[in-house]
Amino acid sequence: MNWGSLNNFLAMGGYGLYVWGSYVVTLVLIVAELILLARRRRSAVGRIR
Amino acid sequence: MSINWYKYSSPQTFFPLAGKLAFVFGALALVACAAGLYLGFFVAPTDAQQGESYRIIFIHVPAAWMSMFLYVVMAFWAGVGLAFNTRLSGMMASAIAPTGALFTFIALWTGSFWGKPTWGTWWVWDARLTSELILLFLYLGFMALQAAIDDPRRADRAGALLALVGVVNVPIIYFSVQWWNTLHQGASVSLTKSPTMATTMLAGMLVMTFGFWFYGIAAVLLRARCIMLERERASDWAMQYARGAA
Repeated sequence: MNWGSLNNFLAMGGYGLYVWGSYVVTLVLIVAELILLARRRRSAVGRIR
Repeated sequence: MSINWYKYSSPQTFFPLAGKLAFVFGALALVACAAGLYLGFFVAPTDAQQGESYRIIFIHVPAAWMSMFLYVVMAFWAGVGLAFNTRLSGMMASAIAPTGALFTFIALWTGSFWGKPTWGTWWVWDARLTSELILLFLYLGFMALQAAIDDPRRADRAGALLALVGVVNVPIIYFSVQWWNTLHQGASVSLTKSPTMATTMLAGMLVMTFGFWFYGIAAVLLRARCIMLERERASDWAMQYARGAA
């Protein structure tokens, strides 16, 4: 698949909102889960000490 | 060669192992997702009917598969804990629930974003969509029930019952597209028939599935480590770890 230009890639043949709306939310949720896990670990360690 | 599996059924010995495994699976997840996205966006062709909107399936289908798979694994550990009263099993079940709920939400969200341009609606009370929504409620119900009970061992037992009863929903989700003739399409990939999609599309989807799978394992192990620290905070090994941790 050759998109030609970045604009074409972002436009996703007119489906940009739907494709990127799916991918961005998925990425945000995964990053949020990892941040919450790091925080939970820190607070668990903090409560022991 | 024989491995003494019982050795790893205690939090003390499983904790460092879980840390190493989480790192390995996290790294594998990064590699697989990078490869899967490359296949999905730069190798797989445009779909003849759906145009580019079909590229959502590279996260939608893996997330949906993981949402069902993780529920079965969660119910398995909950059942083991109920039957053998082992400490670690309940912790594993609790560790799986939030990541399972996350994948369920991603499956519903991306399905909605695919449904709007393809079906013309964000949501419809189709059998597949409704049973997947019930799966999300089962995960959330499991987490809420456990959070409402102070004693972790009792919370494990109550949660285990809910998890085991809820397993009935998984085959309903899986077979819903055969049992009810509603809007959601049938399986594009099955064990008995050859897939009804281009090889590169299928490859991207399968590689992304491995990526999500590895990510799920890593996230669950990281959460299991938190739960072990929380529940065993009075033990020597936990204090020793806390002293060493930055």
